[in-house]
Amino acid sequence: MNAYVGTPTSRVDGRAKVTGAAKYAGEFPADGLLHGFVVEATIPCGRIARLDTSEALKVKGVLDVLTHAKRPALADKDEAWKDEVAPEGSPFRPLYDDTIKFNGQPIALVVAEDWETAKFAATLVRVEYEQNSFATDLEGERSNAAEMDKPHEPRGDAAAGLAQADVRHDAEYVIPTEHHNPMELYATTAVWGGNGKLTVYDKTQGVQNVHKFLCGVFDRKPEDIRVISPYVGGAFGSGLRPQYQVVLATLGALALKRSVRVVLTRQQMYGLGYRPMTIERVALGARSDGRLDAVTHEAIAVTSRYEDFARNDTGWAEQLYSSPNSRFSHKLVHLDVSTPCDMRAPGAASGVCALECAMDELAIALKLDPIELRLKCYSDRDQSENLPYSSKQLRECYARGADAFGWSRRNPAPRAMRDGKELVGWGMATGVWEALQMPVAVRIVLTSNGHAEVSCAASDIGTGTYTIVAQVAADALGLPIENISVRLADSTLPQAPVEGGSWMAASSAHAVLAAAEEVRKELLRLAGKMPGSPLADAGLADTVLIDGSIVRSSDSSRAVSIADAMRHGNIERIEKEKLNQFDEDKKHARNTHSAVFAEVKVDEQLGVIRVTRIVSAVAAGRILNTKTGRSQIMGGVVWGIGMALHEETVMDHRFGRIMNANIAEYHIPVNADIHDIDVIFVDEPDAHINALGVKGLGEIGIVGVPAAIANAVYHATGKRIRRFPITLDKLLD
Amino acid sequence: MADVTHQIPEPIPIDLVVNGVRRTLDLVPWTTLLDALRDHLQLTGTKKGCDHGQCGACTVLVNGRRVNSCLTLAVMKDGAEITTVEGLASDGTLHPLQQAFIDHDAFQCGYCTPGQICSAAGLLAEGHAKDADQIRELMSGNLCRCGAYPNIVAAIQQAMGRP
Repeated sequence: MNAYVGTPTSRVDGRAKVTGAAKYAGEFPADGLLHGFVVEATIPCGRIARLDTSEALKVKGVLDVLTHAKRPALADKDEAWKDEVAPEGSPFRPLYDDTIKFNGQPIALVVAEDWETAKFAATLVRVEYEQNSFATDLEGERSNAAEMDKPHEPRGDAAAGLAQADVRHDAEYVIPTEHHNPMELYATTAVWGGNGKLTVYDKTQGVQNVHKFLCGVFDRKPEDIRVISPYVGGAFGSGLRPQYQVVLATLGALALKRSVRVVLTRQQMYGLGYRPMTIERVALGARSDGRLDAVTHEAIAVTSRYEDFARNDTGWAEQLYSSPNSRFSHKLVHLDVSTPCDMRAPGAASGVCALECAMDELAIALKLDPIELRLKCYSDRDQSENLPYSSKQLRECYARGADAFGWSRRNPAPRAMRDGKELVGWGMATGVWEALQMPVAVRIVLTSNGHAEVSCAASDIGTGTYTIVAQVAADALGLPIENISVRLADSTLPQAPVEGGSWMAASSAHAVLAAAEEVRKELLRLAGKMPGSPLADAGLADTVLIDGSIVRSSDSSRAVSIADAMRHGNIERIEKEKLNQFDEDKKHARNTHSAVFAEVKVDEQLGVIRVTRIVSAVAAGRILNTKTGRSQIMGGVVWGIGMALHEETVMDHRFGRIMNANIAEYHIPVNADIHDIDVIFVDEPDAHINALGVKGLGEIGIVGVPAAIANAVYHATGKRIRRFPITLDKLLD
Repeated sequence: MADVTHQIPEPIPIDLVVNGVRRTLDLVPWTTLLDALRDHLQLTGTKKGCDHGQCGACTVLVNGRRVNSCLTLAVMKDGAEITTVEGLASDGTLHPLQQAFIDHDAFQCGYCTPGQICSAAGLLAEGHAKDADQIRELMSGNLCRCGAYPNIVAAIQQAMGRP
């Protein structure tokens, strides 16, 4: 029964969000709550020579100033500090010792009766440093890049393939550092419960990840700490790893045996994770008919001195396009900065941006339509593993997207299309992401009045998890969606990984199905025992739950109401928990794809660029909720517009310090920047990936968008900008 | 000198009429209207996203006009009527903008939403926005990182009774 799955169901948490009732991490009340304010390092590398807190401590209302020299115990082994998604290396430990590893590093926490007092007193903490020489400039240090283990094996002889190609394109594209900037400030409220027990309300994408981390860092038993995060005001990857304020709030609560809230300022948030600046070099060699001979992609990215953060920037070319020869490499430059982290479509947003700009440049060199070039190189198999896809409707994405956009009316010559004083450009690009799925457990409690509570530790970071869990549960249990209540993001609930990588929709939906099947099994057992039961000989596979009854699929006249079955069994509630694990499928590659079409209008005199239309045609299996799903893709497109035209974290390398650590000078798209966005979901049945055929949508929306816009800007102006973002000064050069 | 440095300003008594209810508060003058609402009145529906007037998450209506409450000292608004997102629905019935935001999925994470809705209420009262372009321009003080802008515009158009 699919009354809800696949429909445009409104968010079940919508009312809480539009009335202000939804509570976020920094909003939970507690008796005697104290407020912490962070003091940050102002040098990028060195040690603290002297840290004087005496003046701050004199301020009325200040209770304590925690520093590396004055704090409760912290774990001294890296293992304790490694969370479930930590990269290789030795994780950063806030207030651990006198070492300074990056500018903006927290070095003290002022704890006071109210936030303003803590903030004021923080200005009175005096610090002297011994500064070491440092480096923060990727381009200046690129000769020191260290090769990572190759994520993708070379194929054939790329150098020879390039050398003998009829047409070659070889260029570098530069993706700057970008920050997530979720609207909610990074925040934690650690509520002291007495007996050393803590309830920690944290802004995180994974409550169980934070729970395990805190238990390790503070050497606590699992039952001593509970982590809750019912609403998350955006995260986009920034909340995958535990943020340092959760350590500081917990530290404060343990030190003072009172509840402590720590909310970072917008500026302080720039001291945490970010999308790493990356130099992407792509070389393509093709025959004159457009078939590829060789592809090489080398990425050189920033990481910190203490961790090797690297993502798959370079492997997408191998999957997407048929080519007999290929070579990939990923290098890291270790700098005196904090460790980067995942940010929406990590690796792909940057790597595919370079690849798809390069494909556009190759198409121009070949005098081929950009779609035609991509069809010449189309691959029905993932070449890295030589596997067929579980499903791949990318051809249909090109066709549907081009049709909706009106691509056939494009004059291919640059600067050939105008609208008044503006040059008009049309560009396109391909997008690709993985369709991942993870083990998740769900508990369902069905009560005899026909209500069900569905619970799981998974987070909803705005992605719509509450809603799809309710939809899938309502269908599987045969109940109206109003009768389903969903509880998420509490570390005491059944297991879930961090919410990321676009894996939570498929993972949570199938866990709901698995738990619902256990409920149905129990209902069938109860119904079958009723005297003269119409389901006495029914097998589980021949039953479904519809409209509050358990019904025989092969004969719908044979049914027993849930209420009757439970009354007869003399029970008020059925509680079932099930961990869903997906079967390992080594016979298929699993990916989502998109074709993105962009229209830009460029003021010829001023260089002002507007993105006036985007069409994104997405093939991502079955769409559980066409309303929230469309919103996710639209959001990804807005991110792509920001990446193409606006977003850049600018460092002053003389001081190793970010210059635009705010959201006035770090530009994210505003309402007036966004015009028509047309999202098309291409029908993509998938019999292999999972029972529902679900692939996930969180990342695919951004991938390809920056390249489509850059290609459109070239088409409008004849100028190829390879250093992002494409700001107007670069067009006026 | 040191004593002056360490001095916390004295609280000042003020009255605010918040969502129709008169509230008396003793606030040190450096308290923003935003912190007064969130920390002193426990009205956490109004959000803090930047504390610098850059994001609009803290937008509330002061005497019917939309303002960034993070850039407004509470003591400057003694006697003012404040409407926050908690005060828009009446008797359990959502404000037309609140319903339109749900209908059009005009939010994802929900954190900018109270500010968007209060800002949109101010926009409607101003009466300057006649079409989608003007809505986009006049709502550009409210950032939405989830990228719900097209849906926000559609929701406001619904509440305006315009197609």
